Amino acid sequence: MLQDKDRIFTNLYGLDDYGLEGARRRGDWDNTKDIIAKGRDWIIDEMKQSGLRGRGGAGFPTGLKWSFMPKESDGRPHYLVVNADESEPGTCKDREILRHDPHKLVEGCLLAGFAMGANAGYIYVRGEFIFEREQLQRAVDQAYDAGLLGKNAADSGWDFELFVVHGAGAYICGEETALIESMEGKKGMPRLKPPFPANVGLYGAPTTVNNVESIAVAPTILRRGAAWFGGLGRPNNTGTKVFSISGHVNNPCNVEEEMGIPMRELIDKHCGGVRGGWDNLLAVIPGGASVPLLPKSICDTVLMDFDSLKEVQSGLGTAAVVVMDKSTDVIKAIARLSAFYKHESCGQCTPCREGTGWMWRVMERLVTGEAEVEEIEMLLDVTKRVEGHTICALGDAAAWPVQGLIRHFRPVIEERIATRKSGGAAPVAAE
Amino acid sequence: MPKLTIDGVEVEVENGITVLQACEEANADVPRFCYHERLSIAGNCRMCLVEIEKSPKPVASCAMPAADGMVVHTKTPSVKRAREGVMEFLLINHPLDCPICDQGGECDLQDQAMAFGVDTSRFDENKRAVEDKEMGPLVKTIMTRCIHCTRCVRFAQEVAGVPEIGAIGRGEDMEITTYLEKSLTSELSGNVIDLCPVGALTSKPYAFTARPWELRKTESIDVMDAVGSAIRVDARGKEVMRVMPRLNEDVNEEWISDKTRFIWDGLRSQRLDQPYVRENGKLRAASWNEAFDAIAEKVTSTTPDKMAAIAGDLACVEGMSALRDLMTSLGVANLDCRQDGTKLNSGDRASYLFNSSIAGIEDADALLIIGSNPRTEAPVLNARIRKRWSNGGFPVGIVGENVDLTFDTEHLGAGGQTLKEIADGSHPFARILEVAERPMIILGQGALSRADGAAVHATALQIAEKAGAISADWNGFNVLHTSAARVGGLDLGFVPGEGGKDVSGILDAASTGDVEFVFLLGADEIDTSKLENPFVVYQGTHGDAGAHVADVILPGAAYTEKSALWVNTEGRVQMGRRAAFPPGDAREDWSILRALSDVLGQTLPFDSLQQLRAGLFEAHPHFAQLDTVSTASSVTSGPGGAMDDTPFANAVTDFYFTNPIARASKIMADCAATYGNKEAGATGTNG
Repeated sequence: MLQDKDRIFTNLYGLDDYGLEGARRRGDWDNTKDIIAKGRDWIIDEMKQSGLRGRGGAGFPTGLKWSFMPKESDGRPHYLVVNADESEPGTCKDREILRHDPHKLVEGCLLAGFAMGANAGYIYVRGEFIFEREQLQRAVDQAYDAGLLGKNAADSGWDFELFVVHGAGAYICGEETALIESMEGKKGMPRLKPPFPANVGLYGAPTTVNNVESIAVAPTILRRGAAWFGGLGRPNNTGTKVFSISGHVNNPCNVEEEMGIPMRELIDKHCGGVRGGWDNLLAVIPGGASVPLLPKSICDTVLMDFDSLKEVQSGLGTAAVVVMDKSTDVIKAIARLSAFYKHESCGQCTPCREGTGWMWRVMERLVTGEAEVEEIEMLLDVTKRVEGHTICALGDAAAWPVQGLIRHFRPVIEERIATRKSGGAAPVAAE
Repeated sequence: MPKLTIDGVEVEVENGITVLQACEEANADVPRFCYHERLSIAGNCRMCLVEIEKSPKPVASCAMPAADGMVVHTKTPSVKRAREGVMEFLLINHPLDCPICDQGGECDLQDQAMAFGVDTSRFDENKRAVEDKEMGPLVKTIMTRCIHCTRCVRFAQEVAGVPEIGAIGRGEDMEITTYLEKSLTSELSGNVIDLCPVGALTSKPYAFTARPWELRKTESIDVMDAVGSAIRVDARGKEVMRVMPRLNEDVNEEWISDKTRFIWDGLRSQRLDQPYVRENGKLRAASWNEAFDAIAEKVTSTTPDKMAAIAGDLACVEGMSALRDLMTSLGVANLDCRQDGTKLNSGDRASYLFNSSIAGIEDADALLIIGSNPRTEAPVLNARIRKRWSNGGFPVGIVGENVDLTFDTEHLGAGGQTLKEIADGSHPFARILEVAERPMIILGQGALSRADGAAVHATALQIAEKAGAISADWNGFNVLHTSAARVGGLDLGFVPGEGGKDVSGILDAASTGDVEFVFLLGADEIDTSKLENPFVVYQGTHGDAGAHVADVILPGAAYTEKSALWVNTEGRVQMGRRAAFPPGDAREDWSILRALSDVLGQTLPFDSLQQLRAGLFEAHPHFAQLDTVSTASSVTSGPGGAMDDTPFANAVTDFYFTNPIARASKIMADCAATYGNKEAGATGTNG
């Protein structure tokens, strides 16, 4: 269990002042200038050494991502874009950072911006986050007033402008290139890659898009050293992580924990356990709506980090843990996710546009059992034909929950169909 | 030059091309829907997925740049599966209404479903239905069939320059529509019909009239404007059913204007299908002999100086050649092919050609347009200018009417005064032309057909020379014609002979009685009110203005009904071919004139089209050089004189009604009602 001294987000619950004064008390903005004085290469190297993997879901090494930015500008400006379009069902970690610890993000923007040669940064806040956007704007204004942003930011000699922009509430705009399109005033549709944003991004200039948490942890890592961060967690899965635990637990919460904490420990220690006890657990979605769920048998032992969850054919994603106890109609739960992805598909490319609707419709029939047993295999095949064939990862995200359901709960689906065929009423579970 | 291995075959390809293009070079068949060579890459249909080694997922080949050392597989089981998957997704919500779909038989989806799809459906749900969108009189929509490839969206935005088509809604609710369901405000809108890979956008006038396999396809040349677009005329029996574009990179790429495409119904109505003779003030049907006798009677009683001939805008080279020879043999000097009164002269070809060529527009780096609206005078050529403009670094200045050409232009002034300023260097745009390495000047008929047209020509040439637009390897002096016949007529020398009168001279003399016999070869765009007095012979295709004042009507063949030569504005000689026979008693122009010459006792020296052409080629060797253009390195102009400062007015005022075929076309009338001058007479509630 993570010790208090190793916590990065010391005001995650908003018990202290969110503002500049409180942030300074918590150690933010402390000698930012000295960190910048160590130079771009040092910062990027330190980030690489820390082993920080992107907190937005894909888990790409952050330091490596920063290093993709051109070393010298070819005349085009460089941009830092922070992805605060947190819309994944179950995920609410960035929300808390924006509300209660926004200065960590603002300072991180300056450091990351400097490290990638960007004089301008944009934070793209989810459309529904009204209060969070205002809170963040206040923090940015405070930083400007204190000379921590703008010309010669924090007396470092680096000019850095930071802007808060907001979306209109489309899940797809959390995809980095769709986010860029949206910022440019276009319809939020993912771009083709290559070219990657580090080469051609916002307004055609080199751009790096990072998750809020990835940027917000950077100042602390640089202050306390890569070795400290790298010493937490497991190899290749280092550091701390904010977990959002929701669903059938006694005390749903956001909590910062060490990577690689056993799932059971996470739920029992921080959330007061599963409703009705651990044995009442049915399944857990360990990383936000887009990753396959895990049945209790796997949850008993699995560790919460990228590699451990990948081994069991799921993923850490955004570390949004959705807990379902035995009262859950698991088919209906996944059907609801399918409806979400059908609704949020941008419609640009064929497999996702047509496949999400198809999957949802079949899922809806599986909920009532109004289907043939062969259709389970067909549905699985449809998910495979969406997965990996789309422009962005939304197609994969729509396919995985269904795959997870069929992988672990096929007997439940078959039983539902059989019950329906025999004239029995389909069991309707509590919500 | 990256080297790739595609299906085991090593190919070396040009830099900067995509994997899909490389596959084409390696003869590996890759299906696609959204990809189109002339549009930006969308990569959204996912049909062109291929396997590239070291890539974890299948890759959309249309969007992936070819790189050295790539190992590409297009025939593996996983590629086959991916294609079948995409095909299945495209078909689950596509109505299987092929039997009642106009695209049937020429449908990409149909063809590729046969080649790459599976033969059963696993989709048990209800299919999506999408409300059809109103897109005007030309484009019919059945939006349920749409596969969202966005070719039409990209065409409107990129080629036509009217960003009026787009997608609304998300996911499976995404729908392609025009802004507020208005028709596309482009003269190129019909091209979306060809681009649509399915039957979502089809031709409204052609709807349910024919199947592609019933049609006889004839490759020919368009005469609606002076561009000479390559077309394919599809006919069934004796009727032309539709006109399609043909590929010609040098002229129209693969686009044609709406007038070119939808003119065909005009070929069926108002046709002159037998000779007529005016008796007691009324036209009556007559035999060829009666008609010829009536003409002979008038000709023998009239002196040559009181006779005249005018050739119209659609006349072919052969017809004009035969008429000129006949008139010359009668001693007539009053000949003119310049209906609009343009002050261009026969002689130096470079003085009246589009010298830099249409494809050459892409090499230019600055443009001055004088008295022209290429968007209505030559829409396809305007698209080429837009293409050049899209590549950047292409300032365009306009002297004349300030029109919207679908790209950024700078309005420099309205008339001669501005032109003078550019010529003497006092106007800032003169500097832009001077700095440019390949400056271009487009001189329109709006500026040339005025009384001071010769002065405008001289001044424009002066500007071109000053800007260094005319050199050994670049000739930026361009005349944009509006009629298909004009360059051929000027090449032939169908202009007043020694002491002869030009068009306005002929018309004036006709109204005063100094000219008593006028032969109109399809000439309708003249002031026919001045032709009440003389004896008028009208040889042409449609009962239009010329036929109304005629005393004898000789029915001719339209452009789709004869093999004939036309010369486009670049000086490119092109041959049209016969797609259908002329209606009734109508005949090809040259054969009518040959027969008439016999009656007049001045028998023309040919008995067949071949003999006519042989003589023509001997006198004018360049007519034998089909499909070529030559660049002259010098241009001459006559003595200029003074320019007055009235603003230049563009030549084409009503795009949909520029010739007798168009005026007989109901489709063109519908277009004019939809797109035409909205301000005139509109009350605001009449829409």
